[in-house]
Amino acid sequence: MNTPAIIETHELTKKYNGSVAVDHISFSVGEGEIFGFLGPNGAGKTTTLLMLLGLTEPTSGTARVMGLDPVRDPIKVKSKIGYLQENMGFYPDLNAVQMLRFIGELNGLSGSRAEERIRSALEAVGLASEAEKKIRAYSRGMRQRLGLAELLIKDSRVAFLDEPTLGLDPDATNRMMDLIEQLSRERKMTVLLSSHLLNQVQKICHRVGIMIKGRMVAQGPMDRLAKEKLGIGPEQYTLEEIYMKYFQEA
Amino acid sequence: MQGIKVIFRKELADHFSSYRFIIIFALIAMVSLITAYMVGLNIRQQLEGVAKPRFIFLMLFTAPGAMFSLVQFVAFFGPLVGLILGFDTINRERNEGTLSKLLAQPIYRDVVINGKFLAGVAMISIMLVSIVLVITGLGLLVMGIVPGLEEIWRILIYLVISIIYISFWLGVAILFSIIFRSTATSALAALAVWIFFSFFVSIGASILGNALAGDTPQSDTAAVVRQARIVKAVQLTSPMKLYTDATATIIDPMRKSTRSIVSMGPMENLSMARFSGPLPLSQSILIVIPYLISLVAITIICFAVSYMVFMRQEIRSM
Repeated sequence: MNTPAIIETHELTKKYNGSVAVDHISFSVGEGEIFGFLGPNGAGKTTTLLMLLGLTEPTSGTARVMGLDPVRDPIKVKSKIGYLQENMGFYPDLNAVQMLRFIGELNGLSGSRAEERIRSALEAVGLASEAEKKIRAYSRGMRQRLGLAELLIKDSRVAFLDEPTLGLDPDATNRMMDLIEQLSRERKMTVLLSSHLLNQVQKICHRVGIMIKGRMVAQGPMDRLAKEKLGIGPEQYTLEEIYMKYFQEA
Repeated sequence: MQGIKVIFRKELADHFSSYRFIIIFALIAMVSLITAYMVGLNIRQQLEGVAKPRFIFLMLFTAPGAMFSLVQFVAFFGPLVGLILGFDTINRERNEGTLSKLLAQPIYRDVVINGKFLAGVAMISIMLVSIVLVITGLGLLVMGIVPGLEEIWRILIYLVISIIYISFWLGVAILFSIIFRSTATSALAALAVWIFFSFFVSIGASILGNALAGDTPQSDTAAVVRQARIVKAVQLTSPMKLYTDATATIIDPMRKSTRSIVSMGPMENLSMARFSGPLPLSQSILIVIPYLISLVAITIICFAVSYMVFMRQEIRSM
C-alpha cells in the first residue's frame, strides 16, 4: 500500500522495572488501513497502544501518529485517536446519551452539534432504541458498540481497538466486525485492531503484525506471510496456520 | 483547561445523586437543627429580664446544646464529611476502568484531580453554608434576635476557615484514593488518620510534654511554662487543634485565651463576666491568621503530594 503512513514507530521500547514489555518494534500503518495486531496475551500489544496514545512514555524509540509525537503532543494525539480499551470503562450509572455527551464535552463538543452527533452515532451502531437505558443494564455486545459510537462522537481519524470482540457471542462478533469494516470503508478510518479471533481478522484486515514476547516477529499482507512461512499461495492458507507457525517458533 | 469544567460538573452531579451524600447531609442537618433549637431555647430562658449582651447571636454556634456545641460538632465530625466525599475518588475510577478512558481523552492528567477536588470543595461549601443559613434562620425565630454586622462578618470568616479545614480532609482522602488500589483500604487509612489526630495527638502531647520537661514542681514557673509550650507545639501538629484554635477567637470573641471549647461548661459560657471585654474583630483576625495560613499550607502540601504521586503512576497498572 502506498498511502502515507498514519502510524509509524521506530525501535519503540518499553521496560517495566527491568523486564521488557515491548522490545524495539518498528511498524507502520497506512491511511484507511485495518491493521490486525495479533499476539498472545501479555505480548505487549496494549502497552504499545498506550505508548502510541501518549499515556505511557516509551523507554526508547520513537512513535508518530498523524505526524505527531505522542510524548510531546499527547493532547493533540489523544484528540485524534479513538481508543476502545479492553475493559471498556463506562460509568455504569449513566445512560448512553449522557456517556457520549460527557465524552463529547471532554473533546470540546457541546450544544446542538453534540446532540446531533450523538443521535447519529447511536443510530449508526444500532443503539438508538436503548439510548435511555443505564449502561449498567447493557450487555457486553451493546457496550462494545457504544464504544464504537464514542469513536464517532470524537470523529476519530484513527481507532485503536483493543480486543473489541472479547467475550462476545458469534452473532455479536460478526456484527462488531461488520461495523468496524464499515467505519473504516466509509470514513477512511485507520484501524489498529487487536483480537484473538483469527478468522475474523483474516476477513477484514488488510495487513497483520504478530507480536510475541514484546517483539514484532512478522508484519505484512497475509498473502505474503503465507508464502514466506508456509510456502502456499493465496486462498489456501488460514491466518491461524501462519500465527501458530510463528508462535511455535518463538 | 476546558476539561476541568466538564469534570467538575460531572462530579457535582454524581455527588448530588449519591445516597452517600444524602445520608451524611441529612444526618448533619438533623444534628445541627436540634442543637441550634435547644441552644436557642436555652439562651432565651437565661436572658429573661436581663439586658442583651453583645454577640449573643454567636452563642447559637458556641453554646452546647444537649452534648456539644455546633462548633465542636463541625470540628469533630466535619473531617468525616471530607473523608466520605473523597476516599474513593481515584481508585473507584481505576477499578471500573474509567480512569484510562478519561485519560485517553484530550485533557491533561492533573485536570482530573483538580476537577474532582474542586467539586468536593463545592459540595463542602454548599453543605456548610446551607447549614449555617438554616441555623441563623432558626435562631432568628427562636431567640428573636437579629445578628449584628460584626457577628455576620465573624460567621462568614468562620465559614471560610471551616471550608478550608474540611477541604484538607478531602485532600487527605483523595491522596489515599490515589495511593491505595482498594476503596476499603483507603477508607480505613483515612479513618485511622482522623482518629489519630482527634484522640491521640492531644494525649501524646501531654505525655511528651511531661517526658521532655521532666518532673516540674508547680512553684517553678519557668518550667511549667516550658512544659505548656511543648504540649502546645505538639498539639498544633494536629489539624483539628489548628482549626479549633483558629475558629475559637473568631466565633467566640469573649474568649481571651485559646482554651479548649470542650472544657467550657454551659454556665461558664453564659456567665456575664465574659461579656465584659470582647476582642475586636480586627484583633481576632490577627490571632487567627497564623493558624489559617498553617491550615492552607497543609492542605496545599497534601494536594501537592497527591498530584506528584498521580502524575508518576503508570497507566498500565490502572
